[in-house]
Amino acid sequence: MIEYLRNWFWTYIWKPLPDMPFGDWMESFIRWARDAWATGFDAVDSGLEFLYVHLADGLLWLPSGVMVLLFAAVAWAAKGWKLGVGIGLGMFVVAWTPYWEQTMQTLSMVLVSAAIAILLAIPLGIAAAESKAFSAVARPVLDFMQTLPAFVYLIPVVMLFSVGVVPGIIATIIFAMPPGVRLTELGLRQVDREVVEAGQAFGASPARILARIKLPLALPTIMAGLNQVIMLALSMVVIAGLVGGGGLGSVISGSLGRLDIAAGFNAGLAVVLLAILLDRVTQGLSDRTPVARAAKLAR
Amino acid sequence: MSAIAVDSLYKVFGKGARSAVAQLKSGTPRDQLSAKNVTAAVIDHNWSIEAGEIFVVMGLSGSGKSTLIRMLNGLIKPTSGTIRIGGVELGSLSKRELRRLRREKISMVFQHFALLPHRTVVENVAFGLEIKGLSKTERLERAREAVELVGLAGHEDKLPAQLSGGMKQRVGLARALAADTEILLMDEAFSALDPLIRQEMQDQLLDLQSKLGKTIVFITHDLNEAMRIGDRIAICDGEVKQLGTAEDILMRPADEYVAEFTADVDRTRVLTAEAVMEPCGTRDTSAFPKVESDVPVNELYEPVLSSKAPLLVVDDNADPLGVVTPRSIIKSLSYDPAAEHGTAIEEERQPA
Repeated sequence: MIEYLRNWFWTYIWKPLPDMPFGDWMESFIRWARDAWATGFDAVDSGLEFLYVHLADGLLWLPSGVMVLLFAAVAWAAKGWKLGVGIGLGMFVVAWTPYWEQTMQTLSMVLVSAAIAILLAIPLGIAAAESKAFSAVARPVLDFMQTLPAFVYLIPVVMLFSVGVVPGIIATIIFAMPPGVRLTELGLRQVDREVVEAGQAFGASPARILARIKLPLALPTIMAGLNQVIMLALSMVVIAGLVGGGGLGSVISGSLGRLDIAAGFNAGLAVVLLAILLDRVTQGLSDRTPVARAAKLAR
Repeated sequence: MSAIAVDSLYKVFGKGARSAVAQLKSGTPRDQLSAKNVTAAVIDHNWSIEAGEIFVVMGLSGSGKSTLIRMLNGLIKPTSGTIRIGGVELGSLSKRELRRLRREKISMVFQHFALLPHRTVVENVAFGLEIKGLSKTERLERAREAVELVGLAGHEDKLPAQLSGGMKQRVGLARALAADTEILLMDEAFSALDPLIRQEMQDQLLDLQSKLGKTIVFITHDLNEAMRIGDRIAICDGEVKQLGTAEDILMRPADEYVAEFTADVDRTRVLTAEAVMEPCGTRDTSAFPKVESDVPVNELYEPVLSSKAPLLVVDDNADPLGVVTPRSIIKSLSYDPAAEHGTAIEEERQPA
């Protein structure tokens, strides 16, 4: 009986279905887009390349010893002398590895993609906080961006932008942006309703309430989003290395191919130390926002 | 022209609000509306406030008082009825005009202060002026004056987190005063404060009011507070149950609902000599010690005990109105409106 039902299902229900077409649709869309919007993609390609190259050149312009001191100074300014010393030591170790140049390349890739991701994320987060409909549409799209395995969108991105550093940056932006949007929305929604009402009661326009009340009060949460964006961007470097992104990612994927434990460990160590630098500095900045400082006073 | 006038004002929340209003108008009680999930917050309010008056709206939570105050400055739109501020009907204004009206005519004080935590006291106070578009020096100068007015001089550069609750609410009050509007809306402004601080704030409000003469709408759930500061009090439970002076409400509660409220009011602070006196009769009153008619009862104990004769209550022209004896005071204070209310209605039915 069950055998019969199974046969019946496969013969009459499932067989008449054509081959599942979603993948083919995506492929033809990408191929079409590559030709139709070629100028647009070229412009994005050269724009990102320009930003990356110049930032990396800038970071490599000074000798590594001076840069180590500069990083320590940034950490000091962001949080305090303890962090300054710690970061100084960490970056000294990085400069000691053979991969200082690659580390600076990775850093500029992370900075370019994180900057673009957060610039896109904040307006989207504002829109999501202001409009329930937009939020309902944005949520599944963000889930999709975050959960779709990175390799999957690397394929079309490489097809559109060819191999190099730019597809790595684009893939990183897609992967790293969602927490920026989510935390901006969360921060704005968490703003005390009575304070917003006070703005309205004194006759402030919606734009003014956003600029003078909601955004300042949401800033600590938005900064936490920036921190997340940067950390996720850094976690993409290895994958970006696979498509010729250069930097530490290339070293790591290369050492994987050659089973070179020493090179892999050195590059990995540089990634970890870079992550600590970026995390602590952005956290320090988030503690420096006026609202976070006022909250500290209350304790 | 009244400062604020509302006319057959209704606010119902939820789907089917309009038909719910129609039902309410035809006399259906608010808990028997046919549409489910509608909440009738404000039902058939008709009253007006004169300039310079302190009008207290008193009710329990869920009585629609917060909704009412937010309708007065247009943060919530009425379901039906009209609100006039200085003769201008709110419903006829565009969003832009409404914002302008709020900037220039109405300011508000909030229950939980609603201060910006990252701004100093003086910057918070200047907020309304900033929205009005004053230059920085001018708004900070006027903010400093307002800070001084509420007695916070010396705390200008502190952050709200460094202030106590009472001081925070003074900042809220200063912010509203600095905006220099005719109308002041106070939404449970003192409810979050400790009892002692609350009394201090009430005194300060009355003191400021005697200098500034604003039109104040004050919302509270505390009848003692209402009686202390209100020129007139509206007791609300969706609809207005009774509107009158503190004495009206205490001595002549309109129904059982109001009477229950008045049960735990400190009557000695609200009632005056005039309210507890008895007729002079045929006695010769010329030798009796005199008291003014508006002296509260708790200030009569001392003179009435130290004098053998009753006290003679006189009006502004020193004409005798009646006499106060220990017996008359006890009689008035022991009056229990909740218990006597049934008979009060029967008395009213008899032809006068």
